[in-house]
Amino acid sequence: MWRYAIPVGLLAVLGVFLARGLTLNPGYVPSPLIGKPAPEFNLPALKDPDARVGSEVFEGQLSLLNVWATWCVGCRQEHGFLVELAGSSGIPIYGLNWKDDRGTALQWLERLGDPYVASAVDADGDVAIDWGVYGAPETFLIDRDGTVLYKHIAPLTAEIWQERFVPIVTEKCGSFPCLQDGIQ
Amino acid sequence: MIPELGQFALVLALCLCVSQAVLPLVGAHTGRRDFMALARPVAAGQFVFVALAYVVLTQAFLADDFSVRYVAQNSNTELPVAYKVAAVWGGHEGSLLLWIMILAVWTLAVAAASRGQPAEFTSRVIGVLGVVSTGVLAFMIFTSNPFDRLIPAAFEGNDLNPLLQDPAMVAHPPMLYVGYVGLAVPFAFAVAALLTGRLDKNWARWTRPWTVIAWLFLTLGIALGSWWAYYELGWGGWWFWDPVENASFMPWLMATALLHSLAVTERRGIFKSWTVLLAIAAFSLSLLGTFLVRSGVLISVHAFASDPTRGLFILMLLGLISGGALLLYAARAKLMVAEGGFRLLSRESFLMANNILLVAATGAVLFGTLYPLFLDALGLGKISVGPPYFNLVFLLPMLPLVLLLGAGMHAWWMKMNVSALVRKLAWPAGIAIALGIALPLVVFGQSSFMTAIGVIAGLWVCGAALLDPLRRLLRPQQGMRLTRAHWGMCLAHLGVGIFILGATVTSAYNVETDRGVSPGDRWETGGYEFVFRGVRDVPGPNFDAVEGEVELRRGGELIALLTPQKRVYRVQQSPMTEAAIDGRIHRDVFVALGDSLGGGAWSLRIQVKPLIRFIWYGCAIMAFGGLLAATDRRYRHVPERAASSPAVGHRAAGEA
Repeated sequence: MWRYAIPVGLLAVLGVFLARGLTLNPGYVPSPLIGKPAPEFNLPALKDPDARVGSEVFEGQLSLLNVWATWCVGCRQEHGFLVELAGSSGIPIYGLNWKDDRGTALQWLERLGDPYVASAVDADGDVAIDWGVYGAPETFLIDRDGTVLYKHIAPLTAEIWQERFVPIVTEKCGSFPCLQDGIQ
Repeated sequence: MIPELGQFALVLALCLCVSQAVLPLVGAHTGRRDFMALARPVAAGQFVFVALAYVVLTQAFLADDFSVRYVAQNSNTELPVAYKVAAVWGGHEGSLLLWIMILAVWTLAVAAASRGQPAEFTSRVIGVLGVVSTGVLAFMIFTSNPFDRLIPAAFEGNDLNPLLQDPAMVAHPPMLYVGYVGLAVPFAFAVAALLTGRLDKNWARWTRPWTVIAWLFLTLGIALGSWWAYYELGWGGWWFWDPVENASFMPWLMATALLHSLAVTERRGIFKSWTVLLAIAAFSLSLLGTFLVRSGVLISVHAFASDPTRGLFILMLLGLISGGALLLYAARAKLMVAEGGFRLLSRESFLMANNILLVAATGAVLFGTLYPLFLDALGLGKISVGPPYFNLVFLLPMLPLVLLLGAGMHAWWMKMNVSALVRKLAWPAGIAIALGIALPLVVFGQSSFMTAIGVIAGLWVCGAALLDPLRRLLRPQQGMRLTRAHWGMCLAHLGVGIFILGATVTSAYNVETDRGVSPGDRWETGGYEFVFRGVRDVPGPNFDAVEGEVELRRGGELIALLTPQKRVYRVQQSPMTEAAIDGRIHRDVFVALGDSLGGGAWSLRIQVKPLIRFIWYGCAIMAFGGLLAATDRRYRHVPERAASSPAVGHRAAGEA
């Protein structure tokens, strides 16, 4: 009777998927935003609540957008590397301060160093939703015309930077560190 | 030199394992008594050499022998001795050795306890267990040898993963493995029955206690893991539907279904091929769990070292062991002839519903766990399936299950008189509904539909479970005598009821806040007052900690001084949260120290969780019920009739 063969058939199907799964990397989560224009925003700046930071800052040069918060342990972990990167890569880093407390955030930057050209305050998390943020920290690489080139979830480290970001940056800039007009 | 002895012992164990897998099976097939007689001695020899390898690895840990790579990766001279012993299973290689060790103990136990059973049958059981051990031993020796040398030797070890340096975590893996691996025994019984082509009530009676014991350890193992996650991960949750948790939960669900199906097969001689299928599925799911945990195909909060080559090996093992058993099932299941029928309203129907619902729940959890992998493999994108999916698809079958459970316990075999069942259960049902609606409103001042349903379900199961024992205790002359197995069943179901109450109340009335506090701050959360005194530095044996002091007060009176810690383990430099918990039977107050906010201020997570302990008490009571059931008189004293007659079926007319 064929019905007794159903279980072994199910196992075979499962086996095919599991074998296929072995060749994939589950940690790699691409963003649907890649290759698309960066979502627009216009938010108050962290340092000066009266000033605004908007998505037009990305125009004209390669830039990074880093989603961070003081309550996020991973952000604390990557912060040192971001400070180092800000001084050496030639790429401006913008921050998206996500669902955070302004006072604590300013204190944090004062104590640990400020790698950001400017940080936008996304107190309600609306902009983070537009950007498809899974959780802090996340880092986006954005092209001169405002197209999202790459997205990394989890703390940024020297190895990840070297492996994933540098090839794209080198291709776009023709050199690394990136020598961009108007940026030291 | 000594680690090489361990390596040598493993190779010898593998050789013996191959003979254990081949000779008894060939002997049983050809009827050669001499081959069959080898089953027990070879299994004992395998145990001796595996145990020797285990002792050697333990000694390497105790002696800080950092020339053994595995020891250097998982230990440190500063590690306390108890954790050095536990570090043996702190990594991949050692936990496989533990797996094999436990399988060898189970095999030995089966060999010793099966003296009264027909030699042909026992030989097949031991032979099948030999096939499983051969596969896993080969996996260990060829891909994950714990005795690999590190040349030159390290001066100091990398230390045990700080997450594992905790008493509950010391006990959790062995418990879980005893359960996981124990499911190999019903699996072997099932395959042996398929090989003989005969399966009767005796078969079910032999299989049942082994299944119950494996199940009860699995229950305790999962509960310990959940308890550990609750206070050690610092989030205050107790179940996350993480792939690794699901990997242990699916075999549990299947083993639970198997227990109930075995009850029907033992008592009535029906559901035979279904029982066999469940036994195969339960062990296959524990192998699948090993695959998911060790191969890295899914993302999990449990950061195990994973490796695709190992994954491929386990997948092949799964294909060989489960695939082989299921092929055999496809060919032989039609030989399992039912020995009777039953009416719609009977205990058999309730148990069938139990089986269908439990298997549906397992399927839903399996689907959710593998769904990201399916989509990814088909190139449809990457997603993660979260608790909302699992909570929904798990509750859908569980709700009817617990409602039927209360009635099923009191239904008769063969057929049941409806009015008798209604008369017996009207009181518990009425009380459960009344209290389920009223109690949450009275105690917590508010309720919701789902909360009421959950509390009603919990009380209903508790009431139904206590009915027979209460009658027996209150009216000893009238009530029927309860067997130990019946006590066990009542207690295990009481555990389920208590668990439901705990899970419902704690998710409905949990109070949780995160706040930044400075020394001297006072605030109120969930009806308690808290005072933050500040933090101080506390040194540990292999870590440095910052300890916060938080007063817990009610009505101005000091109830407890809570001291949550934030530890940094010196070698791995990883920060760890040690939550402080004031645990009472009716509620836990949980305080975890977050990050320093500068200027003496800290972030704190405070939670008040009513009835959360019922979750683990419920599991412990379930396991204790299982222990009672497994040690019932009828399993200890084998009737003469069963001892002398071989496992022949087809003559059940006069039984039961």
